[in-house]
Amino acid sequence: MQATSAAVNVRSMATRTLTLSLPDTDATQDLARRLAPVLAAGDCLLLTGPIGAGKTFLARAVIQARQAALGMAEDVPSPTYTLVQTYEAGGVEIWHADLYRLTDPAEVIELGLDEAFDTGISLIEWPDRLGDLAPPGALRLELSVTGDTARRLDITGDATWHARLAPMLATLDA
Amino acid sequence: MDRPLTVLGIESSCDDTAAAVVRDGDAPQILSNVVSSQTDLHAAFGGVVPEIAARAHAEKLDLCVEQALAEAGLTLAGIDAIAVTAGPGLIGGVLSGVMCAKGIAAGTGLPLVGVNHLAGHALTPRLTDRLAFPYLMLLVSGGHCQFLIVHAPDRFTRLGGTIDDAPGEAFDKTAKLLGLPQPGGPAVEAAARAGDAARFAFPRPLLDRPGCDMSFSGLKTALLRERDKLIAAQGGLFEVDRADLCAGFQRAVADVLEEKTRRALALYLAQTPKTPTIAVAGGVAANGAIRSALQRLASEHGVGFTAPPLALCTDNAAMIAWAGIERLRLGPADDGMTLAARPRWPLDNAAPAMLGSGKRGAKA
Repeated sequence: MQATSAAVNVRSMATRTLTLSLPDTDATQDLARRLAPVLAAGDCLLLTGPIGAGKTFLARAVIQARQAALGMAEDVPSPTYTLVQTYEAGGVEIWHADLYRLTDPAEVIELGLDEAFDTGISLIEWPDRLGDLAPPGALRLELSVTGDTARRLDITGDATWHARLAPMLATLDA
Repeated sequence: MDRPLTVLGIESSCDDTAAAVVRDGDAPQILSNVVSSQTDLHAAFGGVVPEIAARAHAEKLDLCVEQALAEAGLTLAGIDAIAVTAGPGLIGGVLSGVMCAKGIAAGTGLPLVGVNHLAGHALTPRLTDRLAFPYLMLLVSGGHCQFLIVHAPDRFTRLGGTIDDAPGEAFDKTAKLLGLPQPGGPAVEAAARAGDAARFAFPRPLLDRPGCDMSFSGLKTALLRERDKLIAAQGGLFEVDRADLCAGFQRAVADVLEEKTRRALALYLAQTPKTPTIAVAGGVAANGAIRSALQRLASEHGVGFTAPPLALCTDNAAMIAWAGIERLRLGPADDGMTLAARPRWPLDNAAPAMLGSGKRGAKA
């Protein structure tokens, strides 16, 4: 199944939230395949939602979609224990981080994430641990459980993000 | 037996800082095994708050080494070589350990050997049980889950592993979802004792697919679904619900591990090892249900079973010292000042998709 867009809420002049309905894991993977090629070095995706909402699933799907387009395939294990896993994806490094176990935003710098925000594509789970170190231009992806396999995805970003995502999102309703 | 070797091991690639002294004479002897850990103080996933700062590792390393030597009743003059974890792991921690080891090696003129952290785990059954090569290894812990055939101290075949969560992580997250304390393994096992494993139909991920790869992330999602159904229907969870959920979850993990181990055993036995043995290392091996399933499987196949004591399955430096000894037994070795920290360091380069292939971190 494919995602369907439910609503666009204007939250402020700067950021807008787009809500997608993802009826099953196929829809999530389909969205990841569309989202992956849009991402570029310096992009940061903040993945929020409770345990089991599918944060790692979505991150894994994005990484594997990006690698598949390059003819690469790699396991994408959970970063919960390792904190950070990095993946090569055609000249850009993808950083997949789970900050759940962090206790102090200063540790983000020790992990080298501040640098990754500038030079790589970062996919960050439990980004509340970033405190004020979260990049201001990050795209926020919030997952909520709406059914056995169904998820709601709220995508919040600034006007630049919405302009970049518009072509990809337009194909969803087609 | 060759002349005894006494090696100082240093480990700082993960959450803990550790140093140990191991001697290999007629039999391996752990003279000291110091781990500077916060395990008892914290209850994040895995029960350990990670030590991320390179500086913090560096500060603790000196003390750990000093204590390891003191407990062994030795000075550096009694040491034959230094072994240090050179990866994989968070780069800040690994660098701290490597720099500390280089400092000691430069000051004493002792040979320095870089050890792969996973090789340390994989060779532990040789330290504890003197297993003969080749043996089958199931490394199953919070962060790891893989099958390895261990052919030699420097030769491993990876048969498969988890493609998402490790079982230890699944236990921890299950405990979290059900309001049980961390670390989740013992808590879920205790709750499961009174439970009915058949009440909930949990999936057995990837059993329908050939090979030794595993997946445990979907189990967590299935558990969440059943939990939420119960909460919606009755406004909360009763003790019996929690016990049944834990029992069903644990049975599913045990079933998957058992079946995948059966396949790994077949691949291993096809190589006709002289003294076939399976070693299970890692915190998850402490789970009674999983352990007995694997023991039963081993005895069905007439294969020896061993599980090193837990203190040597969690991150420690004795296994690093031992891996150093194994390497020195292969021939003179000294990585010297050229030893580099390697955030990515797969044990088996030939395996297609590697677990834990990309860990890195601190800029030290």
